[in-house]
Amino acid sequence: MDTIFTRGPSLTSRLVLATVLSVLLIVLDGKLDTFSNVRVYLNSLVSPLQYMANLPGEVLNQTSRALTTQRQLLENNAQLTRQNILMSEQLQRFEVLRQENDRLRTLLGSPVRADARKMVAELMAVDNNPYSHQIVINKGTLQGVYEGQPVLDDKGIVGQVMQVGTTTSRVLLIADVTHAVPVRVLRNNVRMVASGSGQLNRLVINHVPHSTDIQRGDMLVSSGLGQVFPEGYPVGRITDVIRDESRPFAIIRAEPAAQLDRLKYLLLLWPADAPQAPIDQDEAVNES
Amino acid sequence: MSLSLRHYTIAISLLVAQMLQIMPMPILVDPYRPDWVLLVLGYWTLALPQRVNVGVAFLNGLVLDILLGTALGIHSLALSLVVFILAANYQRLRNYSVWQQAFMIGLLAALYHLVIFWLQHLLTDIYFLFDYLWPVLTTMLFWPWSFMILRKARRQLKVS
Repeated sequence: MDTIFTRGPSLTSRLVLATVLSVLLIVLDGKLDTFSNVRVYLNSLVSPLQYMANLPGEVLNQTSRALTTQRQLLENNAQLTRQNILMSEQLQRFEVLRQENDRLRTLLGSPVRADARKMVAELMAVDNNPYSHQIVINKGTLQGVYEGQPVLDDKGIVGQVMQVGTTTSRVLLIADVTHAVPVRVLRNNVRMVASGSGQLNRLVINHVPHSTDIQRGDMLVSSGLGQVFPEGYPVGRITDVIRDESRPFAIIRAEPAAQLDRLKYLLLLWPADAPQAPIDQDEAVNES
Repeated sequence: MSLSLRHYTIAISLLVAQMLQIMPMPILVDPYRPDWVLLVLGYWTLALPQRVNVGVAFLNGLVLDILLGTALGIHSLALSLVVFILAANYQRLRNYSVWQQAFMIGLLAALYHLVIFWLQHLLTDIYFLFDYLWPVLTTMLFWPWSFMILRKARRQLKVS
């Protein structure tokens, strides 16, 4: 019988080799982050696997779409039309306000805010690595996605692009423990930093003195200070303010505005100073 | 056809395992997802230790690292370690009944998750939740079935 010991190095030396290589990789990739360029190729290499894993869910979606009845479609259509009318009414007012704001800003001598270009992306296989909150989307360098790009959904900020591949990219959610967003309170412009807690439905705000004017229900919007997220997008809503005087700071928790547990369609933003431009022009929505 | 299938059975089963590992699942079922790659690798290590051992485990761990977005080397180290233990004791483990094997696989899955948690803990400050250990139980329960399916595939296709 052909035993393992007759071929090549022994089992123990293989383990030693694998361990040394792994530890080397962990230090180089995890601590020193030397692999960010190689990661693009590695991610592109495994993306067929991700597309294949995504296939059954996609097929299920398609069939359920094909099976929707005409009545459901009509109802859906009526609801969307209603929503559209309401939104376009808001948009009319918004347009006037925007122009007024631009004029005031030019009067004050501060730069007029530029519009960001956008592209719709779709969620792919949600990874199950329980230690960090990440998602994979179906756009990559071929569409002009870059590292550190802000990602939103229809309710608010979702996260930022962490790794890119040619056709897929990985997004780190704002609820991850390693993520933090600079925010301000919409009501009174108090600035703070909202960090992820590791739970999808909670953000924590650290180092806020007891005397700070902040209450339950306050809206947090991005302050634009970190140079990653553009200013003024909703991040979350304050859920708890605990002022325990025996602690140095108040305990403040918030709930993310984006529905991080039921993401499907996402919006990629290219701010005016982005290092790259969206590439697929017919998919990129250019706001006038 | 059967000849080519025979040659690629191990590779195909591992690919399927990787796919199952990242397939999107409803949020209710997701925490209970068994470690498919560990199950399939474990079977082939016990069945054909001269073909599948630490090297294959290391490479599969790397693919898993890329797919799951962890730092490179974390899953490869954990998988190499577990497969080493299996390959070193394959003759003893083969004589166990399937349920005894399942128990051992459960223990190894617990080791696998603890090694991954520990390595991740070194890189970022994460806290341990008991939920992280649910896959140990499901991996244990899935072992007999995956064992039977893979043994059937191995015998019918005469993989050796």
